[in-house]
Amino acid sequence: MRSTDTKSARRAWYRRPQRGLMAAAAAALLALPVAGTLLPATAAQAADDTQAVQKGGTLDIILNPEPPILILGLNQQAPTQLVGGKIYEGLLRYDHDLNPLPGLAKGWEISEDGLTYTFHLRENATWHDGEPFTADDVVFTAKTFTPETNPRWRLIFSHVDTVEAPDDHTVVFNLKEPFPAFIIGLGVTNMPIMPAHIYEGTDYNDNEMNDTPIGTGPFKFVKWEKGSYVHLTAYDDYWQDGRPYLDDIYFRIIPDAASRALAMETGDADISQFGNIEPFDVPRLSKLPNLELTTKGYEMFAPMAWIEMNTRKPPLNDRRFRQAILYALDRGFIRDNIFFGLGRVATGPINSVTTQYTPDVQKYPHDPEKAKALLDDMGLEPGSDGVRANVEFLVMPYGEVWTRLAEYIKQAMGKVGVQVTLRSTDSAGWAQQLSNWDYQMTNDYVYQYGHPALGVARTYISDNIRKGVLFSNTMGYSNEKVDELFAKAAVENDDAKRAQMYAEVQKILAKDVPVAWLLEMEFPTLLNKRVHNAVTTAIGTSDNFADVWVEPKQ
Amino acid sequence: MGKIVSFLGRRVVKSLFILLAIVLINFALIRAAPGDPALVIAGQSGASDPQYIEQLREKFHLDEPLPQQLWTYVTDVATGDLGYSYRQQRPVWDLIAERLPATLLLTGIAYVFSLGMGLLLGTLAAVKVGRWSDTAITTIALLAYATPLYWIGLMMILLFSVQLGWLPAFGYQSVGAGLTGLDHFVDVAAHLVMPVLTLGLFYMAVYARLTRSSILEVRDMDFVKTARAKGLPERRVVVRHVLRNAVLPVITFAGIQAGYLIGGSILVETVFAWPGVGRLAFDALLQRDYQVLLGIFVVTSIMVLVFNIITDLVYTLIDPRIEVS
Repeated sequence: MRSTDTKSARRAWYRRPQRGLMAAAAAALLALPVAGTLLPATAAQAADDTQAVQKGGTLDIILNPEPPILILGLNQQAPTQLVGGKIYEGLLRYDHDLNPLPGLAKGWEISEDGLTYTFHLRENATWHDGEPFTADDVVFTAKTFTPETNPRWRLIFSHVDTVEAPDDHTVVFNLKEPFPAFIIGLGVTNMPIMPAHIYEGTDYNDNEMNDTPIGTGPFKFVKWEKGSYVHLTAYDDYWQDGRPYLDDIYFRIIPDAASRALAMETGDADISQFGNIEPFDVPRLSKLPNLELTTKGYEMFAPMAWIEMNTRKPPLNDRRFRQAILYALDRGFIRDNIFFGLGRVATGPINSVTTQYTPDVQKYPHDPEKAKALLDDMGLEPGSDGVRANVEFLVMPYGEVWTRLAEYIKQAMGKVGVQVTLRSTDSAGWAQQLSNWDYQMTNDYVYQYGHPALGVARTYISDNIRKGVLFSNTMGYSNEKVDELFAKAAVENDDAKRAQMYAEVQKILAKDVPVAWLLEMEFPTLLNKRVHNAVTTAIGTSDNFADVWVEPKQ
Repeated sequence: MGKIVSFLGRRVVKSLFILLAIVLINFALIRAAPGDPALVIAGQSGASDPQYIEQLREKFHLDEPLPQQLWTYVTDVATGDLGYSYRQQRPVWDLIAERLPATLLLTGIAYVFSLGMGLLLGTLAAVKVGRWSDTAITTIALLAYATPLYWIGLMMILLFSVQLGWLPAFGYQSVGAGLTGLDHFVDVAAHLVMPVLTLGLFYMAVYARLTRSSILEVRDMDFVKTARAKGLPERRVVVRHVLRNAVLPVITFAGIQAGYLIGGSILVETVFAWPGVGRLAFDALLQRDYQVLLGIFVVTSIMVLVFNIITDLVYTLIDPRIEVS
């Protein structure tokens, strides 16, 4: 038994520590002798032994929304990644600068011409049901399973010619053409390695093992109490000796945003990520003595938030109008007051924490006069009521922040004479109206997956104007030069040439403003200070947590 | 007795037609909302291509014509099969059944609590009308009635969990504690306190107000005066004569509340992370999980219909002047 947690320690609710913000009346009640004896060890005492790794213990992570399934190969939603990332592993992992690190592949070589990728696999890795992990699993996952189940891998795999396993612990990918983004696309969030002995030759979605995920990761599945929690426990035969440090992980399903904030405050939960905590709660929570905040660990996702504009519809089809919108907005204000300081004001289509970014593009500082001049130039003179144009704005239904943002946009654009009408819907309605081009303006944020060829080009190339498909070129923007540059850059093996092409395409896009970039988004990860090593890679809390350890719960 | 049997027979037949109408209307209403589950999943996966969406639609049988989907659904329900959630990969009945105990525990206790306390407080207020205790009860009832449920819930969590640390804030048991026997019972009971209070306070206020106003209406009627004139003790007058006549509107409302025992606690279940049917419905709505949503509608509808019939029967027991017909 590795367990150090006692039953009463898990049932910590009745011995919660006193807090500084206590109201006078409550303080009086707590001064009862019973409560006094239950006060936790002092902070100084806890700080003494933070350096030495402590084995054992239990971690509670907020899970929201509840995922439909835990088989990471079949579902790529963020909550599935959070849980599945501990059960399954990819060939590679990535540090915060997106440099590849060993995963199930302990080493790899890329040929000079950029066409052959050879991976050497862990020899002592096993599946949670005891079967050995071999190159067959990788070939099956890359060639058969994932192309059918994951659209992102389909895009990457279209550049692959053959996948071969010369021996049990070597896999060779031969590419049709150089595709430098390939090395970024082999993490657990794109291609988790799936067990061939369970899925080969079956109907993946109907496989009877879909209730009990079997991976190679440091934690194995124990129980999923629907609506309540998911329980994982340490896998004793994990390939890395002495790992994982933790005994158990519980993912707590807490559907209400205010309740999630309280769970972090009380210590019921140790970790929250992505949009679990509404931005307006973050400044308060991050100041609590038991919590710390980090915005690292999202480099692989690197979302970009923008105002999407349907360029088929006047006046949005005019570049000057779209530029005017950027001038009309104070994006620093948006960052500071709506996103509470989270994020960086965007300069162009590529998020600066990923690869191939250039700052050397046309800039759009907050300048309402310039916006008005551009609108004048278009011939949109203000009428007697001061209104130059009317546009409809579909509010993105992904939380209160986006509602506030829409309200700010309405005000800021009203100041330069563009009257905005807000329209509300739920997430299914939003997805339908956006993907069927039945909108004028809306917000959206899109993940970039570490490389422009994986997550940026898709928004702007004409090939990807496809009705009914979300995260395609829904605004209908089309520019031959942009198409050509993105296509050539993706398969250019020479670093300097590639960088130059990407720089050029960024310049063109920044001038055309196919979408009005607002922020390179940052997500707040809140961590209880008793948790160590939780955010060390580009996928942050979705990584496998083999190295995570905790101090005992107070 | 024959009267009751024929009454029941007629009501059941009627109820079946109502149920069919409910299924049809629900089906139409759900489909009228824009968007479908394939798009929701694509939106949350951060990726989509036409093949992916088509696969999902095919998997969910959304590619079949609507009338055919409806026909399949109605015939399935008629044979007791509530369908299959393709999103969660489970039969709908299993999903509902695994959430039912938690919900019934919560709503059942809240039901008894609110009905009992409501009747008691309402009667007390009516008997002492105009005095300080009446004012206190009416004020509390008004506050409980007018304050949003989720706000009460959050404030209770702030006070009892965050500040005082007396009660657990979320879930129905201490996750991973592995408690058994009496410990488990105490643990679940502690988890129940705040959700039950939050849910029960509102209904308690409703019952208290109903009881009070109803008693005030009845207490000056001639038959009450007669009872008093006969020299009956006050307690007997109140319980046997006043309350029995005043309780009918309360029963009506209790019947309605009973119908919502299964699906009526979405807010409370969400705030307290209580793993019940209400939350299942809410999630299903956001995810456009049609089969689950329809399944919950059907089960809830049946509950409402059943309790309507029971309420009518209870009327006749309490007030013999009302006949089953």
